[in-house]
Amino acid sequence: MLVIEGIHAFYGRIEALKGVSLEVKQGEIVTLIGANGAGKSTLLMTICGQPRGQGGRIVLEGTDITAMSTHQIMRRGIAQSPEGRRVFPRMTVYENLQMGAINVDPAHFEGDIQRCFELFPILERRRGQRAGTLSGGEQQMLAIARAMMARPRLLLLDEPSLGLAPLIVRQIFSVIRELNQQGVTVLLVEQNAFHALKLAHRAYVLVNGQITMTGTGRQLLADPEVRRAYLEGGH
Amino acid sequence: MEYFLQQLVNGVTLGAVYGLIAIGYSMVYGIIGMINFAHGDIFMIGAFHALIVFLILGAVGISWLPLALLIVLIVGILLTSLYGWSVERIAYRPLRSSPRLAPLISAIGASIFLQNYVQLAQGARPKPLSQMVSGGITLMESDAGFAARVSYIQIVIVLLTLALMAVFTWLIKGTALGRAQRACEQDRKMAALLGVDVDRTISLTFVIGASLAAVAGLMFTLYYGVIDFFIGFVAGIKAFTAAVLGGIGSLPGAMLGGLLIGLIEAFWSGYFSVEYKDVASFGVLVLVLIFRPTGLLGRPEIEKV
Ligand SMILES: Nc1ncnc2c1ncn2[C@@H]1O[C@H](COP(=O)(O)OP(=O)(O)OP(=O)(O)O)[C@@H](O)[C@H]1O
Ligand SMILES: [Mg+2]
Repeated sequence: MLVIEGIHAFYGRIEALKGVSLEVKQGEIVTLIGANGAGKSTLLMTICGQPRGQGGRIVLEGTDITAMSTHQIMRRGIAQSPEGRRVFPRMTVYENLQMGAINVDPAHFEGDIQRCFELFPILERRRGQRAGTLSGGEQQMLAIARAMMARPRLLLLDEPSLGLAPLIVRQIFSVIRELNQQGVTVLLVEQNAFHALKLAHRAYVLVNGQITMTGTGRQLLADPEVRRAYLEGGH
Repeated sequence: MEYFLQQLVNGVTLGAVYGLIAIGYSMVYGIIGMINFAHGDIFMIGAFHALIVFLILGAVGISWLPLALLIVLIVGILLTSLYGWSVERIAYRPLRSSPRLAPLISAIGASIFLQNYVQLAQGARPKPLSQMVSGGITLMESDAGFAARVSYIQIVIVLLTLALMAVFTWLIKGTALGRAQRACEQDRKMAALLGVDVDRTISLTFVIGASLAAVAGLMFTLYYGVIDFFIGFVAGIKAFTAAVLGGIGSLPGAMLGGLLIGLIEAFWSGYFSVEYKDVASFGVLVLVLIFRPTGLLGRPEIEKV
């Protein structure tokens, strides 16, 4: 589905990714964990062309997308719920969801938005409210729902559980599992490593812009080094 | 009373023209955060297109006014928006990621270029247009014989402006294009992440702004009957003032600001002196900015994001 080979990414002179290779297979949930500043968000953004990946290749469903512009990439069945949510603050909840579906056949719109409202009933109650006035957790739900409105085959999620109450976190993770069962492939970045590794088919560890470890979710959960670095005091 | 009414009619007419130009300043500022100093000159180009097409239509004998107006409107919008589009492509887009000062200087350059271009192509002398619409309606007449009149041209200008504002508001609020435009304004990177072609959306913003300026140019030509290559400078500064007064970035603000500047000018000229009408407009601007730095309808920067 997605193959990344030896990709580098730069912010000015800072090299945030130093030759990352990673694969996400059709139907998988792949989790990426790593410390703050390791380059996780950068990797998700580089897949989408911002910043543009250098040195290697990014191949999506057989097409090399490394040199494509962001909007072209995003029209190829891929969607991202980015770090920091980035809902459009002066648009209503409903308009934000419309933005998510901007390149989707309008015939799907009603059904898709109903599905989002079933998953996140609070959004339906807030549909006319400006997104900038939603609570942090509500904005997070909106960002995920907006990404779902694009009907992605590959969904990139950057810390979807950030700032959410435990009950909602569990709900988000079950939404991810459900989407996956319906055929959506997921690449997930999480601080909440315990939940994320349990959910994942496979996982990667990113340290300072380089992949240092990979395996099944279960393997990494059991690995003493991973436990010490990312699960300390956890569950 | 009659005199007051007359100034009101004149002020609203003037305000309509300023408002239409002000929207272009406001929209461009909203989406790329720069003042498009060439926008006043796009308005001037619009006025020249109107003049030229009117003269051509007159020469080929199309004189039925509604038809002539419609043709001038369509041709004027098409040609003028091509200029607006080109200015963005040539003068601003290559500088998109440079420091702010660069596109600003480029904008001033584009403005000077357009003025000189028209001066060379059309000559420096004012160009007259024979009156296309005459007559009007007397609203009120005093015992002393002063009559407050609204001319047919003024009615056309105000009605056309109202219609355009309605279409424009619907375009921004109710269509996918308008949503994409607002999305780029609020978070360009996120808009791209949703598959919006940001460059195309910015181009469209310039095209829409130039179209409204083209209509304003047409109205100006009809109303005053004489234009030259320099009208864009003065009208541009007024419209820019209107955009700031209403709150730059706010579209209802641009319309309101235009109306206010038009009224201030008309009343000041009517009751005090014509010479100092600009001082009055800028004075009000200064006062408003002291008490409301974001303009009348501009949003305060405090926002939970
Ligand atoms: N726009 C930017 N300009 C300059 N440097 C940046 C920029 N964005 C990120 N960086 C740097 O790149 C590195 C990787 O950042 P990134 O946001 O990808 O980390 P992360 O793994 O997502 O961290 P976190 O868990 O805190 O979200 C960091 O050192 C960061 O300072
Ligand atoms: Mg991050």
